Amino acid sequence: MTQNSYSLAELVIAACAEVWRDNGEVMATGIGPLPRIGAGLAKLSFSPAIQTTDGEVWYTSEPVGPGKRNSEPEYEGIANYDRVFSALWSGRRHALVGPVQIDRFGQANISVIGDHKKPKAAMLGARGFPGNSISHPNSFFFPNHNKRAFVEGEVDFVCMAGYNPARYRNGQPPKGLDLRRIITNLCVMDFGGPDHQIRVISLHPGVTFEEVQDNTGFPLAKIADEIPVTPAPTAEQLELIAKIDPNNVRATVFKDNPAGDRRAA
Amino acid sequence: MLDKRMTVDDIVGQLSDGMTIGIGGWATRRKPMALIRAIARSNLKDLTLMAGYGGMDIGMLAATGKIRKLVFAFASLDHFPLEPHFRNARQAGAFEVLELDEGMYHWGLRAGAMKLPFLPTRVGIGTDIINQSGFDFKFVKSPYEDGEEFVAMPALVPDVALIHAHRSDERGNLLNLSVDPIFDELLVRAAGKSYATVEKIVTTAELDMKKNSRYNLVERTMINGVAEAPLGAHPSSAAPDYQLDLKHIKTYVESAASPEAWAEYKAKFIDVSEADYQTAIGGEEAVKQLPVPIY
Repeated sequence: MTQNSYSLAELVIAACAEVWRDNGEVMATGIGPLPRIGAGLAKLSFSPAIQTTDGEVWYTSEPVGPGKRNSEPEYEGIANYDRVFSALWSGRRHALVGPVQIDRFGQANISVIGDHKKPKAAMLGARGFPGNSISHPNSFFFPNHNKRAFVEGEVDFVCMAGYNPARYRNGQPPKGLDLRRIITNLCVMDFGGPDHQIRVISLHPGVTFEEVQDNTGFPLAKIADEIPVTPAPTAEQLELIAKIDPNNVRATVFKDNPAGDRRAA
Repeated sequence: MLDKRMTVDDIVGQLSDGMTIGIGGWATRRKPMALIRAIARSNLKDLTLMAGYGGMDIGMLAATGKIRKLVFAFASLDHFPLEPHFRNARQAGAFEVLELDEGMYHWGLRAGAMKLPFLPTRVGIGTDIINQSGFDFKFVKSPYEDGEEFVAMPALVPDVALIHAHRSDERGNLLNLSVDPIFDELLVRAAGKSYATVEKIVTTAELDMKKNSRYNLVERTMINGVAEAPLGAHPSSAAPDYQLDLKHIKTYVESAASPEAWAEYKAKFIDVSEADYQTAIGGEEAVKQLPVPIY
């Protein structure tokens, strides 16, 4: 492995970590292996104040990666269910979650595909997504950037509120609605276009804007005519990632664990 | 002498067709599964199930056709994210649903517990939760200067709450020894009547209440009956007494693959006495040795 070699998963982890930069002292929730390792990376590097859990109920001093553990982590607090709602309604949380569908407004769905009364596919149910969405910052991870995930119209069942004026009785979303970033296998986006239009802020190495647009069901904005390349993880970041994820769960997220720079393959 | 001891079947005997039944626990934690299995075996029908944080409780009662309406926020087996029997039933349009956010469900129980008709919340705003045909959500405006408009989350008031705890004395003084009690206390307070299964019924002295005060879920005046049901949460966990049984949950998940697979599961694990159930799952020794799961 040369010094510059990194996997797509590691590139995504580094991009996930960035969502928690300059967040202050908040609960950082990363759902799924890469967002979770990303939260750990942020905590061990530029955002030491964020608070992460063991994935069950404890806040831990050090980030806990996915999979088997060699020793019991040091617990620094308890995140029991009641307290999680108190924390999230206070706004002191930034969650990075993985919905099934998202639309141009940032509305997201994990409930059903098809009609809610008799769905084609029943999934989890809304879980805490509605409350999360209007209470604290949220970011998203999609392992497969395609038109089934980035849908043309609205998502089939809006679990997370978004920037859709038609959904609000006064045309305005609650103040807590704060959608930050979307990280995918192709790029990083934010909601910084006109009227919160979703905007590509960096392309993963070797990916073009056209490829991203072709795989998205709605028009995307660009941060600049020349879109930057998603920064590769540094050698120090790769070391920290390996420390957080000794089980190498990150290698199982994308099929065949591709290189971060597809041109290097 | 106050004695609220009952059997699991006595508790199920208190239920009737069309009732609204609230289930405690969370996904794979402290689900009152001995009671769920007994309901699945019974002739009960047309139940409205309030299982906000659902797992096999929803799945098993869905697969046995007991549910007329489901009030929930999710159905999941956590390590197996999708509840397969719930999915099958939903995709067949088998029952009506009212889908809520987890926090809204908590808020509805809290309103019920406080005997209020509703509690205001921002949760639900901007989503399809408040646009469901099954319930006409109303809004309420702050009477103070801010004038903000909120969703009026209605009280959730089950006829009966069913929970699983660790210890009780015969008067219904409960200990829930879990690190996280979830919202079982609010569920009990919201419900008309509440019944608990417990791992063990002990003497009041053995509860060691002075030491265990933080684990005393709710005052006994809220508990109508307690039944001793060792391993009564299996295959969900009743930690620290025992952990969830991932191997059994996998068998349960696979039983959704076909009607034949379900019939086989049902014959082996549901249409049997609790004693035979315990033998079928390898007995108390095996369950007590289940490993702590990794999250």
